Amino acid sequence: MPELRMRDALREALREELIRDERVFLMGEDIGAYGGSYAVTHGLLDEFGEARVMDTPISESGIVGAGVGAALAGLRPMVEIMTINFSLVAIDQIINNASKIHYMSGGQFNVPLVIRMASGGGSQLGATHSHSLEGMYAHFPGLRVVCPAFPADAKALLKRAFRDENPVIFIEHTALYSSRGEVPEDTDLILEFGVANTIREGCDVTIVGYSGSVHQALRAAVLLDKQEGISAEIIDLRTLRPLDMDAIVESVKRTNRAVVVEDDWKFGGFGGELSAQIMERAFDWLDAPVARVSGKDVPMPYNRNLEYAALPAEEDVVEAVLAMQ
Amino acid sequence: MATEVTMPQMGADMTEGTVVRWLKQVGDTVTRGELIAEIETDKATVELEAFEEGTLLKHLAPEGETVPVGEVIALLGEESEMAPDIERTVPAPVPAHRPSSPGTSAAVHEAEGHAPARALPSPVPRSVPTPDGDRIRISPVARRIALESGVDVRSLSGTGPDGRILRRDVEQALAGPAADSSTSGSRGASEDEPPSEPEASPDSEVVALTRMRQAIARRMAQSKQQQPHYYLTLDIDMTAALAFREQFNSAASDGQRASINDLVIKACAVALSRHGKFNAEFRETEVLLHRAINIAIGIALEDGLIAPAIIDCGSKTLGQIAESSKGLVERAKDGKLRAEEYGGATFTITNLGAYSVEALIGIINPPQAAILGVGTVLDKAVVRDGSIVARKVMKVVLSADHRVTDGAEGAVFISEIRSTLENPAGLAF
Amino acid sequence: MRSGLTTESVAGPAIDDYPEKLLHHFLHQMAFIRRFEERCGEMYTKGKIHGFLHLYIGEEACAVGALNALKDQDRVITHYRDHGHAIARGIDPKRIMAELYGRVDGTSRGRGGSMHIFDRKKNFFGGHAIVAGHMPVATGLGLASKMHKDDALTMCIFGDGGVGEGEFHEALNLSVLWNTPVIWFCENNGYGMGVKLSDSIANDIYKIAAAYRMPSERCNGMDVLAVYEAVRAAVKHTRSGSGPYFVEAMTYRYRGHSMADPELYRTKAEVEKFQGRDPIERLRHQMVEAGLLTAADHSELLDRIEGEVRECIEFADSSPNPDISTLFDFIIKEPSNA
Repeated sequence: MPELRMRDALREALREELIRDERVFLMGEDIGAYGGSYAVTHGLLDEFGEARVMDTPISESGIVGAGVGAALAGLRPMVEIMTINFSLVAIDQIINNASKIHYMSGGQFNVPLVIRMASGGGSQLGATHSHSLEGMYAHFPGLRVVCPAFPADAKALLKRAFRDENPVIFIEHTALYSSRGEVPEDTDLILEFGVANTIREGCDVTIVGYSGSVHQALRAAVLLDKQEGISAEIIDLRTLRPLDMDAIVESVKRTNRAVVVEDDWKFGGFGGELSAQIMERAFDWLDAPVARVSGKDVPMPYNRNLEYAALPAEEDVVEAVLAMQ
Repeated sequence: MATEVTMPQMGADMTEGTVVRWLKQVGDTVTRGELIAEIETDKATVELEAFEEGTLLKHLAPEGETVPVGEVIALLGEESEMAPDIERTVPAPVPAHRPSSPGTSAAVHEAEGHAPARALPSPVPRSVPTPDGDRIRISPVARRIALESGVDVRSLSGTGPDGRILRRDVEQALAGPAADSSTSGSRGASEDEPPSEPEASPDSEVVALTRMRQAIARRMAQSKQQQPHYYLTLDIDMTAALAFREQFNSAASDGQRASINDLVIKACAVALSRHGKFNAEFRETEVLLHRAINIAIGIALEDGLIAPAIIDCGSKTLGQIAESSKGLVERAKDGKLRAEEYGGATFTITNLGAYSVEALIGIINPPQAAILGVGTVLDKAVVRDGSIVARKVMKVVLSADHRVTDGAEGAVFISEIRSTLENPAGLAF
Repeated sequence: MRSGLTTESVAGPAIDDYPEKLLHHFLHQMAFIRRFEERCGEMYTKGKIHGFLHLYIGEEACAVGALNALKDQDRVITHYRDHGHAIARGIDPKRIMAELYGRVDGTSRGRGGSMHIFDRKKNFFGGHAIVAGHMPVATGLGLASKMHKDDALTMCIFGDGGVGEGEFHEALNLSVLWNTPVIWFCENNGYGMGVKLSDSIANDIYKIAAAYRMPSERCNGMDVLAVYEAVRAAVKHTRSGSGPYFVEAMTYRYRGHSMADPELYRTKAEVEKFQGRDPIERLRHQMVEAGLLTAADHSELLDRIEGEVRECIEFADSSPNPDISTLFDFIIKEPSNA
């Protein structure tokens, strides 16, 4: 199996889908001649031409809305929003139109639109460019929210996104674009939504994460094993909507402890949802309250030390696990 | 037949309205679309139009009265019609799907005293109070197992945070009364594998292992079971090194003064940079050679031992190594080690010189490939150039994984450590 | 850019240029919408219709003139004062009324309500209730036509209130840049809820549109024939592949913004002034003058409409509420090819 970077795996998915389905086209700011802000679409303009790889003006609401319209009319558009932060400018289109038209029309219309966006902090980009808003998107019924942690998953889930009949918010962590992993060459391989992956088996505690936080959980699990003899099971959610709650509950029933990890703010964050559902469904199997490791409740600081302190780290996960023993 | 004029709904949030003014009086003729009253809602005053034509027969709501939406406020009909003798009627509640939901229908329900009474189950005590009324701290899973198996949780003492009774505590109680006073290390054991407990006798005491002790036990057993060790011992003449150290420290800043162990670390870093197989990890069909040289030092703590690493010794000067090792010891004792220091070691030095131990044969810390045991520096009579002279001598023992290296390679490696320490000029850099 | 026309303009297109059948159709549709809306208002006060209800009374010429200039394959997307558009597009009014009642036989099976009328079979892409939020979607519908190379054009209907929104400008800009077949049809009724146009928009709307380098024209929205002519010109331009076209129809709503509107922002005299330019009365008068309509014909028409609207109400009344078990239907569409 070839080893690919996350960005290359994503590009492979886009390429294969452009080839597979002529209804698929891409649009976004600087995805063509520039090659994409994170170089995901590099080379696709040359290969597929301007009609299918469209550079757009800086007009997020306009291009997401156009994506909704094109999807309503039977195409399979993908809109790249340069970063999740800019999606706030297009939120009316995503929430009021994309997520609701199927419902409001009583099932007559649907919006098969893929919206890709880069997420996460850690690069000293300050408070307006470091959001992790996946929890916010997961809040809305009618949206799919996909948060891959590994290149192979990213490719297979993105290919799956193009086959969905609904709007898909596809979130890519900026810190993972250059991460490497083995990616199967099979162009037919897709991953179903709503199927979590147990990437490490353990018996003492269940750590639940997605996207970047999966990697913090993995590093924490190594420390816990080496230093404390604690065996941690790690669940990579892969998609927040739909959510594979069964996998979490099954694991927690064995380990009796759960830690949920996310980059997003703690207050009102997705970890709160996970925590609540674990309490609802596995209360009588818990040995300790569900612990949450999250970003701190501050706008992201610019200063490196402050930003480091604002983001969750593996030490926080270790600490949370130790506190519940 | 008379037509009923009802209090209109004039907005999504309107539940009642006030008749401010009747624009048509009894006996007036009304045409369709004509305004008949002004109605005040809590947002605004709006005009009510007639939807039918006829003669206004009766006002049922006088000006100034507030009535619910849907209630009849006037009657329209043929001029000849007698106003029927009806009192204002409240409309039957719209068959809402959820009669108790807030909104107009709920308001009606309340007005009529029909608010559905919902029987609540009588409260069941969920926790077992202690005689003094304190709530017992017990986790949900522990309580469930205790309830199912009939264990009296008041007899248990909890080993969890703040004394919380955990699953393991209940399972131990189930395993036998003798086990009550002990705690088990097999926290994660499944229900069908009850931990085997030693019999306690009057002559002995069972002491629970700390988590750290359990980790040491597991890893050392793993090392001895899986890593075939070989051992090489030699003496190092430390006379020159000690003189060098004195000279070095007199010029060094406070934080960078080197200990004997720091000299050993530096010498090992030099040797490891040339003999990568001792800075390595065995994998079934291959050997992983680490680029970074991260040398762990064993640090004894009150409740055990840890071996955190000084990161990237290969690029550190002696002074920097000294600085790092001091910081490492302090952080280890404060429990504030960094992640990479915990997990990133590629080679270990264990030194019991402070206890006057002459030789120490270490057990390799997996998955590393070697460990150097360092004894104390002794004054010894040594034969040099045919004469007996007094020298400072330190005994070192290399324990190495025979799957990765052989004895001859080990000999070259350990000799290099010796020659670096015996010719210490290069240690400073 | 053509302008100068307002609701006051008396000289409109000459009636004898149009087939008699078309004129009767226009009159019927406008009168039907008027009566449909009156009965909606009544049913709202009686608690049969809930939520927000925005009546189209006074603006009928816009919907009837504009939508009759389109073909079946064309796409329509509109704002929340949408009953008139849905009726003029030929959607079954019984199902529209059932939707206002929230019943299973409604166009959206009771999920949408007054502001969200959709009909796939009629290429009616919805009433949309976020001001100007549907305008970028219209650009996308046009983009799809361009990619499909189909012969459909998209008409996007919006109000003067939408012009202050950023989405208006983004949508117009992209539609010109991408040369999409979209007709922008602005119903300028003079008020964004209760705020006068002159207090909310800095220039004449058709001039703002013209700045985006597309043909833009203002027409008398109280004259169904004037609207029909303006939109026919737009259709000719757009269907030929020449890109988007902007029409501003000057009109007036007689009723409040919604049912809860106390109308503190305008005088009764102003409302009466515009009622004197009533679009239905105008066409009726023209047809009588031309000898195409007798008093008896007109009376018969109104009776017929009364019965038709009554049928809508009876249909809606008899349609059941959606079953609670269907609460979660239509949130996610399952893959058809999975």
